[in-house]
Amino acid sequence: MCDVCGCGDPDILPIEVQESILAGNDRGARHNREHFEEAGVLALNLMGSPGSGKTAVLEATARRLRTHLRLGAMSADLATERDAERLARAGIPAAAITTGSACHLDADLVHHGLHKLPWRDLDILFVENVGNLVCPAVYDLGQAANVVVLSIAEGEDKPLKYPVMFRRADLVLLSKMDLLPHLEVDLAALEDALARVMPVPRVLRVSARTGEGLEAWIAWLLEQRACVHAHPYPHAHRH
Amino acid sequence: MHEYAIVRALMDRVEQEAQARKALRVHRVRIRLGEAAGVDGALLATAFRTYREAAGCGATDLDVVPVPARWACTGCGREVALGEVLQCPVCGLPARLIAGDEILLERIEMEVA
Repeated sequence: MCDVCGCGDPDILPIEVQESILAGNDRGARHNREHFEEAGVLALNLMGSPGSGKTAVLEATARRLRTHLRLGAMSADLATERDAERLARAGIPAAAITTGSACHLDADLVHHGLHKLPWRDLDILFVENVGNLVCPAVYDLGQAANVVVLSIAEGEDKPLKYPVMFRRADLVLLSKMDLLPHLEVDLAALEDALARVMPVPRVLRVSARTGEGLEAWIAWLLEQRACVHAHPYPHAHRH
Repeated sequence: MHEYAIVRALMDRVEQEAQARKALRVHRVRIRLGEAAGVDGALLATAFRTYREAAGCGATDLDVVPVPARWACTGCGREVALGEVLQCPVCGLPARLIAGDEILLERIEMEVA
């Protein structure tokens, strides 16, 4: 209470904080990133709409690369473990993260998911996010790069409608290219839309079904993989 | 809708400050929200009202200060308008987001004994 004039008004204390509301998540993401860098694992955050073909791209990748590189995946889903089961059938270790009502992964969910995988032994860990073009873009998970899967059936204007997702993408995979003859989609318009939301647009056209473009995608993965060198961090615990 | 998760993270932080200062009541919380941060201001306000009712902190107001998104050339600094190709028309270099990416807790006003 005010004890200057005795008016009885409460004292209002202003506190300047100036801190990101996501600071807690960002700390968790830094922790995950340290783990990945220390173990020399390339962690990729794979995002896209429900049904864009994220799991199909990973299945095709697993079948082509699993004998050359140690791949693993963590698949997030609101209610089922189907994606992780599909990836396990494609021959790679895969853990399901059931998020319940959460529409996105956050750094802590990924950290918990690590306990279900022999992730230290991997060359590449794919973190398959919840199918959603909005929320997952906001949360850093500790990944080295973001890959967004956008199927050509979704429409040319999706990058303009969901700019944050595409701005944060290091690579966009235009998926389901085998459907091109059946669709009225203008790929030039789609790539123009990407150039208006991504400062350095990097786009590959792929089809998990026919294998089109998968060589270029695998070349991109190997290029990213070549940038990863295990280096020890002073770290208090192991998973 | 991740706006509810954002509100929860915000109010956990506010609660922490309020407890540290033995506040009787939190009057007002002010945040800066970038246009390109990926959080919708109107949904955030709705999520805040829902949280406020559930948590019984009915007297706290939320001020959201919107921050417009701005892109500029990484070379010459010339601004590139929103909706344009994100490449400098003069240097050809990629543009960089220079404002509008923040989700920032700026200030808390609390009543203390």
